[in-house]
Amino acid sequence: MSDKPKIAMYWCASCGGCEESVVDLAEDILFVVENVDIVFWPVALDFKKKDVEAMEDGSIVASFINGAIRTTEQEEMVRMLRRKSQIVIAYGSCAQTGGIPALANLCEREAILQYVYHDAPTVKNPEGTRPQLETRENGFRATLPEFHNVVRTLGQIVDVDYYLPGCPPSPKLLKEAVIVLLSGNLPPKGTVLAPDKALCDECARKETKPETMEIEAFHRPHNTPVDPELCFLAQGIVCMGPATRAGCGAACTCGNMPCTGCYGPTSRVEDQGAKILSSLMANLAPKDEEGIRKALEGIPDPVGTFYRYAVAGSLMRGKLTK
Amino acid sequence: MSDKWQPTIVGFFCNWCTYTAADLAGVSRMKYPATVRVIRLMCSGRVDPQFILKAFAGGADGVLIGGCHPGDCHYLEGNYKALRRFEMMKKLIAGFGIDEKRLRLEWISAAEGEKVKRVIEEMTQQVQELGPLDVPKIFAGWDEELDKLEEEIKKEAEEPSHV
Ligand code: SF4
Ligand code: SF4
Repeated sequence: MSDKPKIAMYWCASCGGCEESVVDLAEDILFVVENVDIVFWPVALDFKKKDVEAMEDGSIVASFINGAIRTTEQEEMVRMLRRKSQIVIAYGSCAQTGGIPALANLCEREAILQYVYHDAPTVKNPEGTRPQLETRENGFRATLPEFHNVVRTLGQIVDVDYYLPGCPPSPKLLKEAVIVLLSGNLPPKGTVLAPDKALCDECARKETKPETMEIEAFHRPHNTPVDPELCFLAQGIVCMGPATRAGCGAACTCGNMPCTGCYGPTSRVEDQGAKILSSLMANLAPKDEEGIRKALEGIPDPVGTFYRYAVAGSLMRGKLTK
Repeated sequence: MSDKWQPTIVGFFCNWCTYTAADLAGVSRMKYPATVRVIRLMCSGRVDPQFILKAFAGGADGVLIGGCHPGDCHYLEGNYKALRRFEMMKKLIAGFGIDEKRLRLEWISAAEGEKVKRVIEEMTQQVQELGPLDVPKIFAGWDEELDKLEEEIKKEAEEPSHV
């Protein structure tokens, strides 16, 4: 057995992008592989759950866990990885704040199951079968994970030591995180391993961001011409830059798309959506109710716009149905 | 009246107008329901939307914001900011399943003690009609399922499944 630090990677309710971002390390992945021993990574390596179960508690140095938590299986696996690991890292916005899967918290659990197993146009299910938690046949019992009421962040299930934000995190952040872990010089628990300043700070358009703004109306990128150099807010396009943590290199605004907020808030902000709402509304031009309402027509879905990656981690956690 | 369910309303009142008016109502011995927990801020423009969500998440059934009349803000523009945030907040909380009638903004000048009384009475009644919101209870309901796993693991240990 090598005495290199043992690392695990696991995915929960995830799109696979976070796993892919590890591969995006390109030749730097050699640096990682040389310096650590990957003992569990279901997407790439053939270790089983029982292999991890057999490990001693605390024997894994760090587990990188991506994806949100929706099922009992995910819950069980992350609790196990928590026990086996010295450090748990929430990798990507799904693990950190719920991410895209947490938009499902705006629908009731039953409505989701109804759609997926019955109503979706591509479903053919005349008997109305639903997966059962338990099936018995010939003396065997087969079980399936249960679909939780709501999508949760990793931190709502287990204690998280560090966060790597992003959808997905940039390979640069991942490499830096691995270097920090290997150095043994660990930052304080709870640290988000990305710069603690707003994205505007690293955006190439920041010189054109008006000092005082008077937004007359909101436009959406698909129905308005977009100036490739001008700050999005100056064009009346919602940009989450002011309420979002830097660290991605402003990839989206460089690509002529506004920031949608995947790196989550800075440490001074508790609720990312409320914060951007606060700043955008302060900068509206109209002063009367009718004018304001008219301007707001350009944001037809405020929850989806301001909390695209953060519903589960928000103060409201989701739509308040019982 | 007293045996009726009494909602909890968090009131964010600006120092210069609405808070002074509430003070006046008190000094003038006006009676109104004890449903509002007043938080004094320097300006209605200081009402961070995070405060509103935090109030609901912490168990408020309603949130009342009080500021100076348009044109009278001690900080000139603060109440316009409050108004714009309020309009968006109504849409936002509706998206989270909270009836927008649980959030109210009123312009109440320092002299309008009577209006403080009327607004609190009206809002209390309005929220009474909507019933309790009780977000902590909703969260607790969602989270009951988290304890189930321990049981399942025990069961699994007794009777392992085969696939
Ligand atoms: S954070 Fe983004 S890339 Fe990672 S799993 Fe979630 S949706 Fe996919
Ligand atoms: S608001 Fe958006 S476009 Fe403008 S400077 Fe900030 S990140 Fe860049």
